[in-house]
Amino acid sequence: MATPTDIQTDSTPQYMQARDSSLGESWRSYLGKVRGGDMGSLPAILGLIILVVLFSLLRPTFFTPLNFANFFSQAALVIILAMGLIFVLLLGEIDLSAGVTSGVSAAILAVLMEKNGVAWPIAIGAAMLSGVLIGLFIGFLVARIGIPSFVVTLALFLAFQGLVLVIIGEGGNIRITSPVVLAIQNSNLPPALGWVFYAIVVGGYLLASVSGRRQRISRGFSATSMSVILVKTGAIAIIGFVIVWVLNLERSVNPAKNPLSGVPIIVPIIALLTVVFGFVLTRTSFGRHVYAVGGNVEAARRAGISISRIRIACFSICSTTAAFAGIVYASRAASVDPNAGRFVVLSAVAAAVIGGTSLFGGRGRIHDALIGGAVVAVIDNGMGLLGYPAGVKLMITGAVLMLAASADALSRKRSMSTGK
Amino acid sequence: MTAAPATEAPILAVTGVNKSFGPVDVLRGVDFAVLPGTVTALVGDNGAGKSTLIKGLAGIQPFDSGVITFEGKPVDIDSPREASDLGIEVVYQDLALCDNLDIVQNMFLGRELKHGPALDEADMESRAGETLKSLSVRTVKSLRQKVSSLSGGQRQTVAIARAVLWNNKVVILDEPTAALGVAQTEQVLNLVKRLRDNGLAVVIISHNLQDVFAVADIIYVLYLGTMTARLQTQDTTPGEVVEYITGGKTAMASPIVEEQ
Repeated sequence: MATPTDIQTDSTPQYMQARDSSLGESWRSYLGKVRGGDMGSLPAILGLIILVVLFSLLRPTFFTPLNFANFFSQAALVIILAMGLIFVLLLGEIDLSAGVTSGVSAAILAVLMEKNGVAWPIAIGAAMLSGVLIGLFIGFLVARIGIPSFVVTLALFLAFQGLVLVIIGEGGNIRITSPVVLAIQNSNLPPALGWVFYAIVVGGYLLASVSGRRQRISRGFSATSMSVILVKTGAIAIIGFVIVWVLNLERSVNPAKNPLSGVPIIVPIIALLTVVFGFVLTRTSFGRHVYAVGGNVEAARRAGISISRIRIACFSICSTTAAFAGIVYASRAASVDPNAGRFVVLSAVAAAVIGGTSLFGGRGRIHDALIGGAVVAVIDNGMGLLGYPAGVKLMITGAVLMLAASADALSRKRSMSTGK
Repeated sequence: MTAAPATEAPILAVTGVNKSFGPVDVLRGVDFAVLPGTVTALVGDNGAGKSTLIKGLAGIQPFDSGVITFEGKPVDIDSPREASDLGIEVVYQDLALCDNLDIVQNMFLGRELKHGPALDEADMESRAGETLKSLSVRTVKSLRQKVSSLSGGQRQTVAIARAVLWNNKVVILDEPTAALGVAQTEQVLNLVKRLRDNGLAVVIISHNLQDVFAVADIIYVLYLGTMTARLQTQDTTPGEVVEYITGGKTAMASPIVEEQ
């Protein structure tokens, strides 16, 4: 009666054996994953390197400390929006209104602060609250009424452009003067604090990896080997060192008059968002349920997960994050105009997809937004320096989104055919 | 085949169950009982009422009338929640697993173990490992393998392991071998025997009489909404079961009458 698989000694099954995976093994299993169609962020990282080399050769000003710092504040808006969108994309849904939601938030902020003299904490709170309410509204329409998210958010994409006009007033353009709001995108950490931030990031990563490894070993499980942890930490330490070092260089055009150096404040803000969102997605049951709903709705339902609760929560997170992106936008532009947030949403979707998040749901990680956002911002920044008009930039960004979506669809096909 | 010693008191029993959809009587006065440490097969042609009976036991479509007793006490099963609270778990034919999650994540989906606000991955992994080990599962390499990388038999194994993880007493398997190859079918049937040996009451619904005769201790036959036979596997033949399934033999001559 027994199959060959059963005629075995009663030793511990392979999945219960604690064993360290060596560097070579980790590398091979990674290659296997890539072959099986799960490429993760690999294409985006390669693309990023190629683009940086290309632009540096074509335009020497691309590779200067000033442009490097500029690049971070340019990328911030797209990255933050993409982080929110990843929650919605993981469900296999979309939020086309995320960009104009940030526009609404920026408009509320500007009108309250600059036209009505409301204190900045209240204005920022109101702007963020607008995001929460918009997200609940979208979630209600999608999860309870059952309208496809594409239609709901396309309608809101139009409606919110109107709402921004109404809030700001026809043809208006509100200047931001609040030093706190302006600081978000225009101030830098003192160089010493930049190194403290660097130490926290590298040390925190190492500590988290080592304690995770120790915990698994104490329970008798196989764990990531120390050499793999050290290689990864080393890579982060080196890349981080270069970034902080360059950002701490004097980069002002006129150093005597306006000295300018340090890590832009937006960088630690994005790092914090990455850690918090990453924790929510990978370490909480809520995050687990988000992946489950995106992977197989029916399985999630039978497991007792409330599908509509997860949907509403994800749309709320997306819109609230978009509202925060709106504040970041207002800070960078130092003004809010009626076009606020109109074009940015597809760049943000592109960023998430380029980074490796699937449009089909169930696959994606929060740091996809960082890598994909960097690619989108490099294209934008480099082509701007090369003097291409906005029209060409839009077309190129569209083409890159199409390319990323094709790669996503093809890798999905491949993973279905190889069963991996 | 040596059946585990079965205690004679049924853990789950229904008597005189009726269910109709509009004018159609799908179940008519059905009696059905499962014993712990026993594999009970439920067979019948399409439309005989097998699924309706199972859905009633799973709380998905409560019966119109009739008595359900669980461990000797009359109970109502009006929702899937009540069924799983009693310890009745159904593994459906279209496996309810998420391809993008790994084995541990799937086994604990919706019932994750937590350590403060965070998931307790280590605890879940060790419990999943213990469960698979108790079922003598040896075909999976890693518990952190994505389900999408598993074969049909391995998936069925994970789905069944998920059902026994919570100390369930009755596990109902709906066509567990329908989509599987020969070797994988063998794997799943061995797993079914292990569940029985661990003292669970296993109900298996199948069209494949070869599988039924390989694992079942008792075979119930439904024919057009009535239970026409309750047979001990060792006292019957596939030919006889087919006759009951197709209505060639009727309740009049069946052992059910002898028992009453």
